[in-house]
Amino acid sequence: MNKLSIITKGFIKENPVLVQLLGCCPTLAVTTSAINGLGMGVSTMAVLICANIVISILKKVIPDKVRIPCYIVVIAGFVTIVQLMLKAYLPALDKALGLFIPLIVVNCIILGRAEMFASKNSVVDSALDGIGMGLGFTVALGIMGLIREFLGSGTAFGITLTANAITPMGIFMLAPGGFFVFAILIAVINFASKGKAIKKKSFGCEGCAMAGTCSGSSCSEKEEASA
Amino acid sequence: MKEIIVIIMSVILVDNFVLSQFLGICPFLGVSKKLDSASGMGFAVTFVMVLATAATWPIQKFLLDPYGIGYLQTVVFILVIASLVQLVEMTLKKYMPPLYKSLGVFLPLITTNCAVLGVTINNISDELTYIQSLFNAVGAGIGFLLAMVLFAGLRGKLEDCKMVPVSFQGIPITLVTASILSLSFMGFSGVVEGLFA
Repeated sequence: MNKLSIITKGFIKENPVLVQLLGCCPTLAVTTSAINGLGMGVSTMAVLICANIVISILKKVIPDKVRIPCYIVVIAGFVTIVQLMLKAYLPALDKALGLFIPLIVVNCIILGRAEMFASKNSVVDSALDGIGMGLGFTVALGIMGLIREFLGSGTAFGITLTANAITPMGIFMLAPGGFFVFAILIAVINFASKGKAIKKKSFGCEGCAMAGTCSGSSCSEKEEASA
Repeated sequence: MKEIIVIIMSVILVDNFVLSQFLGICPFLGVSKKLDSASGMGFAVTFVMVLATAATWPIQKFLLDPYGIGYLQTVVFILVIASLVQLVEMTLKKYMPPLYKSLGVFLPLITTNCAVLGVTINNISDELTYIQSLFNAVGAGIGFLLAMVLFAGLRGKLEDCKMVPVSFQGIPITLVTASILSLSFMGFSGVVEGLFA
């Protein structure tokens, strides 16, 4: 596969947040300002790249049956490293992101890429995939943070823009605003690509990164239950 | 007693895990199409949350803290939760087939549910006692269940609606609905302060 296309597909064609709709929890929770969104994106990207590389190296060693616990241990190790680094060098960001730093472990993007890409491809390709997907995640969170910060407090990256002239709409900093901005972003992507971009028409098992791993049968049973 | 009621009420209504803390969004959006699967998922999450809290709190207090290895919290907790979920699944399958039938299908998905890991870490960082932690987990689970059931009802109505603009069909309108539901939950802010006033 073309090396460049591995990177570009991550942040445009297969953007993890806006097209694949993975990792919704941090996307909604930490994007109260552009800086927080970018910080979360970069932290996740660091974990994603490292985990992809290590899992790709270990792909022949890890037995197939216990691969998910193995992936989780690798990911959790890197998350702990990122957590300690943030505490030491960026305490303000650590405070703002809070609980969502340890929760990078259960971010479906990372486990999903480990399962779908790193366990099947070479080390270099996996690293590039990590960079591409990480950039896509960071850009999406940055854009969402920028919109919510601008509407919610009239600033961008902490610089006052309209806060003195127009009363900011505080609701965009709160939970409902998060859902709403995310909805509008996906609708815009739907509109711009004439409905082609979003492969998943609704949330369900087929789009879940864990679909292949959650013993298959449980998924088909659930599909039947919801059918 | 007062304290426990305050913890439960605030985690169900004011700081609802899904609608105001954004934990467990994936199952909230993924498994809320039908009422029975939504409530099944909600009960399974409540069950695992309480078990996970019961297991992780002593580990933190008697193992990680005394030996000064608190930085291993993330690694240890996620492993404990993952193995616990496996254990519960196997036990239910063997000894309680009816319960396995209704809850078992959701269990593998719960390992990577951030709400479960979130509640265990929150219990430690909020410095709750063991009893308070358990009730906090129960409350968080009930809050999750409440949000799931309410949202499943709303989505049922949404299916019948044919007036949605093309770009908003599917996921965007679902998210707008979630936004309105979370807006209505904001009305509960301040309820807990007035509870014993």
